[in-house]
Amino acid sequence: MNFELTEEQRMWRSAVHDFVAKEVKPKAHEVDQNAQFNWEATRKMGPLGLLGLNVEEEYGGAGVDAISAAIAIEELGWGCGSTALSIAAHNGLGCAPITLFGNEAQKRRFLPGVTSGKEKLAALALTEPGAGSDLKKGVLTKAILDGDSWVINGTKMWCTNASIAEFVVTLVRTDPDGGSKSLSLIVIPTQTEGVRIGPPEKKMGVKGSPTHAMNFENVRVPAENLLGQAGEGLYQTLVVLDGGRVGIGALSVGLAQAAMEEALQYARERETFGVPIAQHQAIQWMLADAATEIQAARWLVYHAAWLKSQGLPFTKEASMAKLFATEMAERVTRNAIQIHGGYGYSVEFPVERHYRDARLMTIGEGTSEIQRLIIARHLIEQTG
Amino acid sequence: MKIVVCVKQVPDSAARVVVEHGEVTWGDAPLVINPWDEYAVEGALRLVDEQGGEVIALSMGNEQAKEALKHALAMGCKEAILVSDPQLQGVDSLGTARVLAAAVQKIGGVDLVVFGRQAIDGDAGVTAAMTARLLGFPALTLAAGVRGVSSDRIVVERAIEEGRQVVEGALPAVLSFTKDIGEPRYPSFMGIRKASRAEIPIWSLDELGLPAPQPHTSWPAVLNPPAREITTEMITGATPQEIAEKLVDKILAEKVL
Repeated sequence: MNFELTEEQRMWRSAVHDFVAKEVKPKAHEVDQNAQFNWEATRKMGPLGLLGLNVEEEYGGAGVDAISAAIAIEELGWGCGSTALSIAAHNGLGCAPITLFGNEAQKRRFLPGVTSGKEKLAALALTEPGAGSDLKKGVLTKAILDGDSWVINGTKMWCTNASIAEFVVTLVRTDPDGGSKSLSLIVIPTQTEGVRIGPPEKKMGVKGSPTHAMNFENVRVPAENLLGQAGEGLYQTLVVLDGGRVGIGALSVGLAQAAMEEALQYARERETFGVPIAQHQAIQWMLADAATEIQAARWLVYHAAWLKSQGLPFTKEASMAKLFATEMAERVTRNAIQIHGGYGYSVEFPVERHYRDARLMTIGEGTSEIQRLIIARHLIEQTG
Repeated sequence: MKIVVCVKQVPDSAARVVVEHGEVTWGDAPLVINPWDEYAVEGALRLVDEQGGEVIALSMGNEQAKEALKHALAMGCKEAILVSDPQLQGVDSLGTARVLAAAVQKIGGVDLVVFGRQAIDGDAGVTAAMTARLLGFPALTLAAGVRGVSSDRIVVERAIEEGRQVVEGALPAVLSFTKDIGEPRYPSFMGIRKASRAEIPIWSLDELGLPAPQPHTSWPAVLNPPAREITTEMITGATPQEIAEKLVDKILAEKVL
């Protein structure tokens, strides 16, 4: 066993931390209050490698290992939940399907622009009005091959980044007969005629990360925009989601870390009964629990990332990391408000934002309930 | 262009530096690349971005100074060299300049030696000029930017108290940059990957052909700044206007303005 980060990972953490502290964290309040995506910081992320975490260098990415990718998202989450979510979705959901299943021509065509920070980002559209995790039966958006192009019709919901994306990798039904081989992933450039992106959803938190409904009406894209073979879409999606879950776990660790740091600072400064509240056991226990749970979640996330980087199965561990880290972040951010008392409920203090941002994490990219279902299935299959 | 940028490892600017038992200590605060040197690296890299060439990072210090060099490599320097020798412990500015000048000569073919304006620990701000003197190069200090470079001349704009001053000098030259050069770039993952795998050569005094430098200056005593008596007074008033007026009166009475 070795619990040490490599020198590369240590330097990367320090570099991303400095970047986030300077460019991302100071804007988090404004980004949230105005529901405005932080393009200024995002433009600067390209040269650092933050927009091509899992993209090979030859396509403009940084090709970082899975632990370094988790570290980057964790640090972004520490700075701003909204920015972190959009960047996590761009990397883990938008770019990943092309990196994993795209051919050489597709990688050359789609990746260098979105990893540079000069163009818009990437997105993935799975959910529909009648389909969440039940994608196999629920997806109604259909694509029909007509000559040398796909014609796509349907509606997608809750698509993170749709309005700030160059393209949306979209899960569509290519075989009307249904079944697990009836879905496919197709890259749809957002400028294509017939693509309509709805107004940004008004949300409880992560307001600076735009989420949209999308409508496709006779959208025509070249046949070569299909990733892999027709019918592989469900399998591809599940693989992509495994990686995405590690990212959401990492983001949650970052959010919780930020909330704990705020709570710790406040507890040292605020006095009641003549002493700083950090001297009261009731506060100390909340802080101790927070630090312990953050550490536990961080190791779960890093372990899942490590398995991924070793090419070992990590579906169960990714679900465990997401489940624990996201629910932990809810508890820690909740208690950070509790420690702040009345001030914690004010938008003038960042902890209420942390709480609202954290609340999404147990829902997006598979709810806690779905994670438990995945973990349980693995347990039963392994022992049965 | 072949540029050598000299960097120093110093205590983090956020560290609390104090004197304990006559010794300067910063507790367990981390050591970082001297913040002014980051501007020097940025200035050197910008020159090479425009003119072509390479930047070599050079530091004198113990093993820990490799961290500063790795930061410079991660930002985009091509190579890094550390001069380290037990006999250099506690060396003064002139001694440092002798070592750096010898290292620049050993590297050979250098067009420009670049420094930050000063190091935040010693704050002497003389090493650039001393190194220039020892090398026989012109010293163009406090450069806010480079106006132009030819094969044998360089024109810089200096940021001085009175304003700006444009100075032309012959190459090779020594330059020190101020922060007007522009924000230092963030290290990229690709740069970090290269830096973490880099083997940094360590040169000893023997390899530079130098005797142990004899200090010309010494620090007989280092003292903490005297503790100041601070009293806090809260100014109250019915309206912000009234509070502001009282505050202005106080400021004038105390001759702060």
